[in-house]
Amino acid sequence: MSIATTPATAAATTAAPKTAAPKLKTSAMIASFADPGQKTASAPFGHALVKAARENDKIVGLTADLGKYTDMHVFAQAFPERFFQMGMAEQLLFGAAAGLAETGLVPFASTYSVFAARRAYDFLCLDSAEPNLNVNIVGGLPGLTTGYGPSHQATEDMAIFRGMPNLTIVDPCDSIDIEQAVPQLAASDGPTYLRLLRGNVPAVLDEYGYTFELGKAKVLRGGNDVVFVSSGLMTMRALQAAKALAAQNVDVAVVHTPTIKPFDAATVLAEINTDRLAVTLENHSVVGGLFETVASAVVTAGIAKQVVPVALPDEFLDAGALPTLHERYGLTVQRIVAKVLAQLG
Amino acid sequence: MSTTQENVAPTTERVGSVSAAAYRIRHHAVNMGEVQGQGYVGQALGAADMLAAVYADQLRFRAEDPEWEKRDRFLLSTGHYAIGHYAALAEAGVVPVEELETYGSDDSRLPMSGMSTYTPGMEISGGSLGHGLTIAVGMALGLRYQGSDARVYNFLSDGELDEGSTWEAAMGAHHHQLGNLTAMVDINALQADGKTDTVLRTEPVTEKWEAFGWYTQRVDGNDVAALLAAFDNAANQAAAVGRPSVILCDTKVGRGVPLLEDREKAHFMRIEEHEWQLCREQLTAGFEGRAAR
Repeated sequence: MSIATTPATAAATTAAPKTAAPKLKTSAMIASFADPGQKTASAPFGHALVKAARENDKIVGLTADLGKYTDMHVFAQAFPERFFQMGMAEQLLFGAAAGLAETGLVPFASTYSVFAARRAYDFLCLDSAEPNLNVNIVGGLPGLTTGYGPSHQATEDMAIFRGMPNLTIVDPCDSIDIEQAVPQLAASDGPTYLRLLRGNVPAVLDEYGYTFELGKAKVLRGGNDVVFVSSGLMTMRALQAAKALAAQNVDVAVVHTPTIKPFDAATVLAEINTDRLAVTLENHSVVGGLFETVASAVVTAGIAKQVVPVALPDEFLDAGALPTLHERYGLTVQRIVAKVLAQLG
Repeated sequence: MSTTQENVAPTTERVGSVSAAAYRIRHHAVNMGEVQGQGYVGQALGAADMLAAVYADQLRFRAEDPEWEKRDRFLLSTGHYAIGHYAALAEAGVVPVEELETYGSDDSRLPMSGMSTYTPGMEISGGSLGHGLTIAVGMALGLRYQGSDARVYNFLSDGELDEGSTWEAAMGAHHHQLGNLTAMVDINALQADGKTDTVLRTEPVTEKWEAFGWYTQRVDGNDVAALLAAFDNAANQAAAVGRPSVILCDTKVGRGVPLLEDREKAHFMRIEEHEWQLCREQLTAGFEGRAAR
């Protein structure tokens, strides 16, 4: 792809017409993806970890100079003697997390997803996963949740991590998922990776009589025409898209699969193996994430069925304002609805 | 600091006991090498005195209970030195001597590269170099947080000083004042692609560790008395004041077997079939000669 054809570069190098509306700006590192007026919870991970740590004195926290940006600071303030600042040194962060686990502790170690997956893979793989230690990786900015560009956008974190034996991967939708997942991650034996949503995180799933169960997919709503299989914040968008499509007489079921690995193929395949249009929705590259997890389960089961992905393209993404980028790369409700309607003809 | 003590030279008995352990470790390593017909025998012979000092003099452990909670932890970061570590574990009674002949064989508990999931007494899976010290930092933090007085010893090689993670860990250990952590660096000046100073110059090594805030000593790693004195110094000068300590050990690949000491140095040493017995004879002659002096 030539540089001149990328939208961001084109926008940056072409003088804007004087009458154009002001362009949205890349906001803080961590842009909120909550809709205006949406119910949210503040720092759900930090508070859930504090709560879990009150009940389990083996839980400790670590970070690599990103405590404030991964909500780990809430834990650090509540339990300063159980918090270890490792500095901007991700190999040390995860090697030390393994060492802490070797002494019987239950570490939660936070950094951005890009640094966990790209910089520290070997340390997670050999020091925690191979000996199957209870090391809990907490990765901020999963997928496209920052406008800072590829240095901070972990669009392929699940693709990287899915090949690691023993590792459990959780892609939570909202604050309820996170609050309920944290104690279960602490209680599960092997290593885990949590795709962290931090700051003011939408609270969505309480309206659906939902509870998080590690390793389980849940049908959030039924529908006769289309079945959405989604994870992470895209479950929130899937639910919103289902409502929008209902207004156009398209009846959409939504299956939420917060645990990507081990994958609850039984629940998902039971929903997919129908004559409804099947769509996966994920905040991740179309390579190696939820779509390919579902696709491999479908093929393995011998089901002849098209599955339509809503996912980020296999590209390095642009920098920019998050709403602009979600629209550009197809993660908005509007883009999902359009894609479904096009598929239905 | 007033908490430090004057050191007394290690007694002859102590030195003799560790030297004898080192001799047996070398014998075990040669025997294991013969089973394979090749291997990291040169490194094992070079590091035998360091391993003997740890297992015969320093480490608190229970041979019959390798998972004993109060044990000191010995981490082998250099996974390929497993041949030497297995020999030391046999000398320590953790692994039966007769099991050593399974080294590197299918279904053995003693794989070529050390792994915690295979071998009793093997604390970590080393081998991807530069990992050991990062894990050691976490162990030292975890033990201290839980009120344990157990110590953590991390064995690494000068080649691992190429890895950035070693220096991340060196900073972390100093920052967290891990007086319960000792690193031992085997400086055999040899890496996979050749001599260390031609692969990536790591010197000045002493000044680097000092700059990272560690209590730093550099000794002849094949001089048992010097090694024991260095451990004593570290215990007296560094541990009590919350300083991690490093013992930089200059060693000779193939030490104890002149046939191998004089051979062109190689990361993976080839030894002919007829030479193994000669190695054992030279080893014994050297040990008995020194003991007689």
